[in-house]
Amino acid sequence: MTDAEAAAFRRKQKGRNIAMLVALSALAALFFAITIAKLKHF
Amino acid sequence: MSDLSPSLNNAGGEETASPRLLSADFSEARDWIALLKPRVMSLVVFSGFIGLLVAPGHLHPVLAFTAVLCIAIAAGACGAINMWYDRDIDAIMRRTRNRPIPAGRIEPSAALGYGIVLAIGSVLLMGVALNVTAAGVLALSIAFYVFVYTMWLKRRTPQNIVIGGAAGAFPPLVGWAAVTGSLDVMPLVMFAIIFIWTPPHFWSLALFANDDYRRAGVPMLPVVAGGKETRRQIVIYTLLLVPLTLVPWLLGFSGPVYAIAAGVLGAGFLISVWRVATDRQDATGVSLTNDAPARAAFRFSIAYLFILFGALAIDHCVSRFI
Repeated sequence: MTDAEAAAFRRKQKGRNIAMLVALSALAALFFAITIAKLKHF
Repeated sequence: MSDLSPSLNNAGGEETASPRLLSADFSEARDWIALLKPRVMSLVVFSGFIGLLVAPGHLHPVLAFTAVLCIAIAAGACGAINMWYDRDIDAIMRRTRNRPIPAGRIEPSAALGYGIVLAIGSVLLMGVALNVTAAGVLALSIAFYVFVYTMWLKRRTPQNIVIGGAAGAFPPLVGWAAVTGSLDVMPLVMFAIIFIWTPPHFWSLALFANDDYRRAGVPMLPVVAGGKETRRQIVIYTLLLVPLTLVPWLLGFSGPVYAIAAGVLGAGFLISVWRVATDRQDATGVSLTNDAPARAAFRFSIAYLFILFGALAIDHCVSRFI
């Protein structure tokens, strides 16, 4: 792997990690909102 | 040498922020989104949302959002699994050969894993947040699309999209079940409308993408039975569809706003498919106009369903406030 490819790989990994973090945060927020909504419902 | 990216000239290996690399990262994200077939998803989400909107009862906005999100994720999962399974024919067809898998930008196994995780996740979330009925119907729709349409029917019979069309007709049932926890006549009528709408919609596309389907060996109706028979079938299904769209009004589920919209849209759709049927063609049924009427009918069919279901929602809101 050349230096350029390694840098591109690292950048992709970083992008994927950020995407995963955003997705998990959104999921956590959604589950929190669902819980609140259900508590109000019942 | 000006077209070479800085990273390729970066002999020292320093981690400079290359514009080309940054754009490559964005394009990777775009590929993962493309796997979800967002354009197909929009119609699925919309019809699911309308099912949810016209269902009797009240749903907390967060739960309603979750239900629509689950429908969207499930539709995306179906798209990803479909692209994984059809990667061989996608590579042959002009229309699909630039998709992420045939273009080599995403590994097939990664796309399959992505699709499976999203499919299971959407069903579980629907079950936890809404109810078991909605989750069950959602799971059934995914299974129908993946196993019945994609893996079984698509490459075997020209009736593939007639029977397989049921997969795309499930969302209103899911939306309705999310609110009520059960199914009723009205969502079944909405299911039937999408089911009967699918053949004229898809065969219009198949007419102008005929060469692609023939090359890929997919037995779409124009490939197997020719253009003339396809045009005839398009008219027959549209003739069935137009009275069917009036059923919600006839059964008292909707009012005059919807009935007028259904009548006007139906007349428009009939004119559109009549132009397809009377398109100038040679003895074998090949269009001499580059299938211009079929292209127009395909575009119209998409707008048709959006406006029809939009009218159903507007009618429902109007009747609530009057």
